[in-house]
Amino acid sequence: MSGIWLALAGFLVFFLGYRFYSKFIAEKIYKLDPAYVTPAHKYKDGVDFVPTNKYVLWGHHFTSIAGAAPILGPAIAVYWGWLPALVWVVLGTVFAAGVHDSGTLFMSVRNKGQSVGTLANKLIGQRAKILFLFIILLLVLMVNAVFAWVIANLFISNPSAVLSVFIQIPLAIWIGYHVYKRSGRMLLPSLVVLIVMYGTAVIASYVEPLQIDLVRYFGGEGATTFIGLNATSAAFFTWIIILMIYVYFASTLPVWKLLQPRDYINSHQLVIGLVILYAGLFITSPEVTAPMTNPAATDTPWFPILFITIACGAISGFHGLVSSGTTSKQLNNERDVRFVGYLGAVGEGLLALIAIIAVVTFFSSTDAFTATYSSFGAASDGGLGVFVQGAAALATGLGIPAAVAPTIIAVIIVSFAATTLDSSVRLMRYIISELGVEYSLPTITKKHVATAIAVFSSAALALIPQGPNGFGSGGYLLWPLFGTSNQLLAGISLLLLAIFLRRRGSSMLPALIPMVFLMFMTLYAMFVQVFTDWAPWASNTDWLLFTFGSIIFVFAIWIVFTAFSVISNERKNNKFKDIG
Amino acid sequence: MVDQKIWQKMKRVIELYDEMLSTPHRTEIARELRDEDDLFLLLVYSDMLGIPNPAFYYTLELYPFIIERFHDWHLRMGMEHSPLDGLRCC
Repeated sequence: MSGIWLALAGFLVFFLGYRFYSKFIAEKIYKLDPAYVTPAHKYKDGVDFVPTNKYVLWGHHFTSIAGAAPILGPAIAVYWGWLPALVWVVLGTVFAAGVHDSGTLFMSVRNKGQSVGTLANKLIGQRAKILFLFIILLLVLMVNAVFAWVIANLFISNPSAVLSVFIQIPLAIWIGYHVYKRSGRMLLPSLVVLIVMYGTAVIASYVEPLQIDLVRYFGGEGATTFIGLNATSAAFFTWIIILMIYVYFASTLPVWKLLQPRDYINSHQLVIGLVILYAGLFITSPEVTAPMTNPAATDTPWFPILFITIACGAISGFHGLVSSGTTSKQLNNERDVRFVGYLGAVGEGLLALIAIIAVVTFFSSTDAFTATYSSFGAASDGGLGVFVQGAAALATGLGIPAAVAPTIIAVIIVSFAATTLDSSVRLMRYIISELGVEYSLPTITKKHVATAIAVFSSAALALIPQGPNGFGSGGYLLWPLFGTSNQLLAGISLLLLAIFLRRRGSSMLPALIPMVFLMFMTLYAMFVQVFTDWAPWASNTDWLLFTFGSIIFVFAIWIVFTAFSVISNERKNNKFKDIG
Repeated sequence: MVDQKIWQKMKRVIELYDEMLSTPHRTEIARELRDEDDLFLLLVYSDMLGIPNPAFYYTLELYPFIIERFHDWHLRMGMEHSPLDGLRCC
């Protein structure tokens, strides 16, 4: 069967979801009012509150939420075969992510453009806000560790991509100054930067001295000692340290200097990547060689682990932060909630869909697939590498030479991951400062102290040793924990949405059902992993993962209890408060 | 004629695309400029707020130009009402 059929099936469900379900949600549940004066008009200030055309806002929203995560999750989850991953991505996007993203946007629009955290305080109370802060803290910590791990591994497997990625940094700073000091436009300079980056990638693919290969520098794969420390690979250890030093500076600079121009360049890359992959798919029409369901996948059950392996791409709590943080302040008309919020989630679903297709069409045979995806650990370790190869194979359909295509794909993914790393370390710094204010700890509210805590804890987690192996051997194990914290965040946002809808007199089921589903899956998955895989009484005891897993487990239970108590109180009181 | 129409459409699509990507950047630049403006307003009003300003005599000349922005400024600085007795804007 051609991979095109998987894409068409996905397109069809996304289309039906947008055409019918989102219409139902917008008209019958949210009851969007075109006459409502949105915060963008009410508080118009030319900075945060700016009424924006819905197509522009959708583009901005989509590029803010899309990154490397909707690629990595599906690339791992195809371990159980393509069908479970495809069904979860497609149905998750239509019934959970679409409602979550548009719902958080709608809630925020009806509440002066306030963020989900502030709404948690308003709808449930101070306790919920603190819970929310801790979950975001956990999420960004996981993001930092996982994405640093991803970049380090991509640098090791694609040394020809390193130079291009590093060249982007000074050029982005130049664009930042160009726009800030001279009020210049970004389109042309950013296209020049892209040409320079891809040109470097092409040259580096053929010219060996331009490939920054730390593995070779340290004397091959066997080098596992770095400054006397035992690491899974000296090259990996070094890359993590370099990345953390970079991220320290990147996250303390003003956003317009580096982060924003990089985001702008990477948005081009997102569009280019999507166009290359979908066009390559329709030109090459590759065969799906991976099995529909993988009977050999017995070491880790798909139920419930699939639902925490694919978070972004099916549903992601992080989107709620974007919807309620910036997008809600720029919405021109309340009717646009459906277009911007729901289609933003669909855009992310499309990215996850092509990630699945790139991986399941890459192998020459089913046996080759089974040999690579031999265990869940192997899938987690090698999934992204397979995606890079699979996506490169699709790109060759557009005439891109086979020697260059993996480098270009690696540059695109590393760029996504690096920008995410920048922003999430910055976000972590803000949260640490906010917790410092909350708990009267003035020292940690300082910029450099908060950044240092964020960078050190992230580095420690990225370098987590697993059992007798050296530093960095446990990185991939963090991925399900990242998915879980993301789902918890989505769960709490859906709970807020359910309460909000009830207070408006609408049915809360469209928000409550995905919330219950997510919470059940998260609790179940954490229970399985924490108490049977990592616990002190299990055969593969892992104290660090056990600790993190237990914390997440407690948070999940906390959310469930909060949900029960809030919803039962709502039922008792059954009154409409002055919200929305 | 047809070519011109196509060109106009292409131009519009490119503008839309540029706008999509540059919206967050525009926000950050506007915020940075507003922060600089806020600092400038603080310098201009510093004498009235109790911070000695040797250039006060000259900054007085700027009042007619910045008074319109005074209300937004004190709101942004977290002051519900005008902090200056002499300037009652709300």
